[in-house]
Amino acid sequence: MARIIIPTPLRKYTDQNRQFETQQDTLSAAIEQFIEKYPDVKQNLLDDNGNIRSYIKLYIGNEEVSPAENGSIELKEDTEVSIVPAIAGGC
Amino acid sequence: MKTLDIISQPESPLTKKSTKLDSFVGNTPLYPIQNLDIKEDVKVFAKLEWQQFGGSVKTRAAYRIIQDAIERGELTEGKHLLDASSGNTGIAYAHIGAALGIPVTLCLPENASEERKQILRSLDVNLKLTSRAGGTDEAQEVAKEIYEQNPSQYYYADQYSNPSNWKAHYDTTGPEILDQTNYDVTHFIAGLGTTGTFTGTGRFLKTYKQEIELIALQPDIAMHGLEGWKHLETAHTPAIFDDSVADVMQTVSTEEAHETMKLAAQKEGLLISPSSAANLAGALRLARQLEEGTIVTLFPDDSSKYGEVTNQLFK
Repeated sequence: MARIIIPTPLRKYTDQNRQFETQQDTLSAAIEQFIEKYPDVKQNLLDDNGNIRSYIKLYIGNEEVSPAENGSIELKEDTEVSIVPAIAGGC
Repeated sequence: MKTLDIISQPESPLTKKSTKLDSFVGNTPLYPIQNLDIKEDVKVFAKLEWQQFGGSVKTRAAYRIIQDAIERGELTEGKHLLDASSGNTGIAYAHIGAALGIPVTLCLPENASEERKQILRSLDVNLKLTSRAGGTDEAQEVAKEIYEQNPSQYYYADQYSNPSNWKAHYDTTGPEILDQTNYDVTHFIAGLGTTGTFTGTGRFLKTYKQEIELIALQPDIAMHGLEGWKHLETAHTPAIFDDSVADVMQTVSTEEAHETMKLAAQKEGLLISPSSAANLAGALRLARQLEEGTIVTLFPDDSSKYGEVTNQLFK
């Protein structure tokens, strides 16, 4: 089963769960299922056109992948997907 | 006899060195925003905070944290300064540490930009990279653990809880703004990260004149792209945050900040960071609501450490 690692900022919307397991076989289907399970995540991940927000990065393992191609990105049994926000800090 | 005791205590080399950067910290220019359709009787100014030693607003807090720790005897020769940072405070510690001979250990999320990590390595910082997903909240937890395992080796600066952070702005940023606006400032608006800038500057301005309006900004959603800012609903709230300081709290979206980065470049000739642009976006929104007034904000840093964002925006 593939896993989405849930970043700290989203955990408030995922009952503090740190990961989401999915049997979907593409990245886009996995994200869709993730949003269906936790609807408050949607506004955080998707822009008004339903695309992944331009500044959010997606990684498969340690490799960054283009959100625009997520429909064609296949997930394997042990794939780990990371959703990475900007770093909060600072002023 | 007490007086004699004080006189006879030799000043440590670190104490002697600690003031040598005084004239290179703060004292940043106040830049007038002039080409963004602002009414004649409304003025908008921004402090160009990257124009100081260390290259960002965070030099003010980092320098004060270090000076206060040396003065209290908590940061002594050979001890490492330890903290978690999203980048700019770490870079400020690193510059100051190199200049004063203080070794620096930083916990930094691994997804910090390459430019930042390269700067820190160049300044000989001992980097402890933490997970991408955990952000600065996890970096803070790791820094605390490192300190607790070996408290004699480290001075844990903890910028999120350290009152020297906001005091730096109370004693420098606030007075500079009053002086540079000829005491005419009517509104101060800035984003919240550690909240030190807003809290310190805001408190100072209110002590001068209660009527000065303080507007705090934060990202509109948890998954934002404004490096340095905190979405207070979902992030750890910094201990120095005082929610009574702000008169008004507003939000800015990352998309609005990115559009404002383009405007600032094309109309004002300023290449500013996303968080600077978010401050400007908030200031411009406020300017449109006023018939007269003097609005001041800060530009924490310029765009030089945000190659990925600028490559995307300025294709």
